[in-house]
Amino acid sequence: MALVKHNNNSISAVTSVNLTQGKMTLIKEQTASSSSSISFVDGSSSVVLDNTYPIYLFKFINIHPSSSAIFSFQTSTNGGSSYGVTATTVFFRAQQTEAGSDATLAYDTNMDLAQSTGNAYLGRPVLTDNDASLCGTLHFFNLSSNTFTKHYTYNNSVMGNYCQNAFGAGYFNTTSPIDAVKFQFESGNIDSGTIKLFGIKGS
Amino acid sequence: MSIVKLNNRSVKDVTAFGSITSLGSLTHIATQTASSSASISFTSGIDSTYKEYIFYFVNIHPQTDSSSAETALVFQVDTGTNTNYNQTITSTYFRSQHDESASSPALGYRTSGDQAQGTGFQNLAEGQGADNDQSLSGTLHLFDPSNTTFVKHFLSNVTYSHHGDYTMNAYVGGYVNTTTALTRVQFKMTNGNIDSGQILLFGLN
Repeated sequence: MALVKHNNNSISAVTSVNLTQGKMTLIKEQTASSSSSISFVDGSSSVVLDNTYPIYLFKFINIHPSSSAIFSFQTSTNGGSSYGVTATTVFFRAQQTEAGSDATLAYDTNMDLAQSTGNAYLGRPVLTDNDASLCGTLHFFNLSSNTFTKHYTYNNSVMGNYCQNAFGAGYFNTTSPIDAVKFQFESGNIDSGTIKLFGIKGS
Repeated sequence: MSIVKLNNRSVKDVTAFGSITSLGSLTHIATQTASSSASISFTSGIDSTYKEYIFYFVNIHPQTDSSSAETALVFQVDTGTNTNYNQTITSTYFRSQHDESASSPALGYRTSGDQAQGTGFQNLAEGQGADNDQSLSGTLHLFDPSNTTFVKHFLSNVTYSHHGDYTMNAYVGGYVNTTTALTRVQFKMTNGNIDSGQILLFGLN
């Protein structure tokens, strides 16, 4: 019998096969366009931020400000009606200038929080140069827990006055589920850039 | 000739399209949930299938607070079907910290957390708290454990609540100094049980 060779058209009706399924799922992608903020709210615009996933991962792709400012975030326990959950955080960074004149690794007390409801910082100010931006990742763990505080870690690369490799972590000191996350610059808009939200889970 | 169109049913037993055998690069291998567990061991699924294995820790809650004795999540590895968990490790440990009263922010190396050709369990944290809402979350990457040429590198980044109400962010890196394939990993607390929490193991190619 002659071999029947299928092509893309002949398998266009196939929507699932018995292949090994990847376990990191893209939930939502938002692109900034002179945006004052970008929010991910559970149950809104196809966003999932509940017990579906034990781990959530945000990826920042070329986040560019309208004015040089710190990129930051806060969370909500009431579906985004208000943002300002008490947090305690750490921040340290490695940095170097383009002139190679100031390479350091240090903790930065201007960038952390101690039981504060202010915005949690994601790196030192990003420049407005056309080629300047911030890229990196932010992990959240078990946002829907009714027992534990809500941990996060991030690692971002920032083009500011320095080339900065920013590290941060901490916890939102609440045992209520967190169901919304908002990103913004401390002043001005998010001129451009993409934020992707992934969910990671086992079976 | 009319086109033969396939549907889901006609391809339900297909497990590969040409060279494509997976729809994603992050594949779940196993999840274990602690329940007053003396240790949690992953004794299968770690082989040459993946070049990188990632353990995700979700709300690892210790039974014993560090105010009475040092408590920390630690790990070791072993080869073949061995269960000694005493491979030789050289590692680094540094962390940043900040307490809820903002009195002691710090970044520093901790010699108490590293090993130099040691065979003990490797710290992933130090001084964990056991209040009801305190826990540890983060990741441990184990690279190419089946390689028989190179030592086995690992990297960890965890955040957790210190018993003194600090938020802690610990970075651990190093290598298991063996060219024998690693096949298993065990986690436990330095003091008391793992009261609760989940460890998820993924493979990444």
